[in-house]
Amino acid sequence: MQRLFLPLLILVAAMFAYAPLAIANAPFESTMLLVQKIFYFHVPSWFVMFSGAFLCAGASVVYLAKGSKNADHYAVTGAELAVVFGLMGLITGPLWARKAWGVWWEWDVKLTLALVVWLTFVAYLLLRRYGGPGSEKLAAGVGIFGAANIPFVYYSVNWWRTIHPKTTVVPTLGPGMRGTFWFCVLAFMLLMVLIIAARVRLERQRARVDELFLELED
Amino acid sequence: MNFVRVVWLVVRKDLLVELRSREILYTTVFFAVSCVLVFAFGFVREGQAMDDVGAGILWIAVAFSGTLALGRAFERERQSETLRALLLAPVDRPALYVAKLIGVLTLMTAVEIVVVPLVALLFQAPLFRHLPMLLGLLLAGTVGFTGVGTMFGAMLARARSRDVLLPVLLYPITIPVIIAGVRGTSALLQADPDPAIARAWLSLLLSFDVVFITLALWTFEPVMTD
Amino acid sequence: MRRVRSVWRVLLVWLLLAAGPVWHAAVDAQQPPPRPKPAEDEFVPIDQLPPGEQLPAAPLLIAAYAVAWLAVAGYLFSIWRRLDRVDRDIAEAGRRLPRT
Repeated sequence: MQRLFLPLLILVAAMFAYAPLAIANAPFESTMLLVQKIFYFHVPSWFVMFSGAFLCAGASVVYLAKGSKNADHYAVTGAELAVVFGLMGLITGPLWARKAWGVWWEWDVKLTLALVVWLTFVAYLLLRRYGGPGSEKLAAGVGIFGAANIPFVYYSVNWWRTIHPKTTVVPTLGPGMRGTFWFCVLAFMLLMVLIIAARVRLERQRARVDELFLELED
Repeated sequence: MNFVRVVWLVVRKDLLVELRSREILYTTVFFAVSCVLVFAFGFVREGQAMDDVGAGILWIAVAFSGTLALGRAFERERQSETLRALLLAPVDRPALYVAKLIGVLTLMTAVEIVVVPLVALLFQAPLFRHLPMLLGLLLAGTVGFTGVGTMFGAMLARARSRDVLLPVLLYPITIPVIIAGVRGTSALLQADPDPAIARAWLSLLLSFDVVFITLALWTFEPVMTD
Repeated sequence: MRRVRSVWRVLLVWLLLAAGPVWHAAVDAQQPPPRPKPAEDEFVPIDQLPPGEQLPAAPLLIAAYAVAWLAVAGYLFSIWRRLDRVDRDIAEAGRRLPRT
């Protein structure tokens, strides 16, 4: 895993360097023209956010069931990914919406669901930071509840109202746009793997420092 | 000791302690009433309540006073250090969860008995038109909210910053409960009430209750162990 | 104790399964609420507004990508800095340890 880190870093950097070119060359969408190009970063960041959320929830289950510290490292990584990339989505979305729909925000299913999930994982991180010792287990509970909540928020807001473009937008993309879109998705996914590797290593090193300092005190 | 007996003993203990001082009961009911009044001042224009506020205010008052009640219930345990005694007892941990849940639920029922007529009165909301359905919504919603809240309240009882962390953790998770409760109650309050919609929201609440209480029962033990 | 646990598991699995039919009943019984306006089924081209009311798209686009880049760069940088600090802590602890 360590040896793959540098090649992966170079690959991701290259992909992100190329991405603006690909996006600029992608054809314009007929009604929204220029502003629709936000989509190439907006949608992949949501993919990463939900992947992070499910990573956190899955790792939390393993952590509670087996007590594996490693699982806890993955859980906190997932939560941080969810918060950072969720924030990115929550900012790029309204910037797009302002032009496309005329308003900054709408209480539509996808937006509300994304906001609620984002808030849940912000709460997760707050708990870990300010909850004092032993808050890893509590946070694991929050992560699991947060993920279990996703279908409920989706259905409850869906019955309430919806205006967001239907999920079926992706298959209807024109050929030039589809290539660029999946390229950006791949770039974001690889970036996510890179971040997971780095972040988990950070957690492991932190755990080692704690152990070493405990040994020192003996 | 069997599960039901443990639940009964803990519930009885909590109720007896509470009945002696009635501290949490009176303060929470008063808080709920103040909440409703504050919202009344916020949403009443020229002496007339805005349309449809009754349902929203009712559920917000339930959510806020519920958070308060949960915090106070576990604070009492923590202060008298009975929490550690409870956790050390050789009983099934989930039984403690169920007992605490029943205790807070009883308290919330008392609060709602006061708040529901108050909201009906202040906002001219015809809350008693479809009483069984409304009671069903309130019960299912309160169980859902309290189910998740008891889990988080117990988790946070020994944590730092527990006062502010409880609402921070609780509200995002219970958003479906609030949405379903408000929309369901609204459907019953509107000019031509639609019990079918209210029933649909009630099913959502019931599913929520089943899923999250099951989850809480599964995760209560591992989360509460050090 | 073990017998209580396995009874528990059965009961909990049953409860979880019970959520299924309740769910189906809800989904079947509820017709989707009537769509408020036809325009909300697809994008309404806002370019059909009179030119005076149109928003320039370029600043929004640039802002969006700036935010995305800053977020990614900022996060990667924060991880790198924390790793640095931790590595220094480990080196320091390693230095102090052989003394004992």
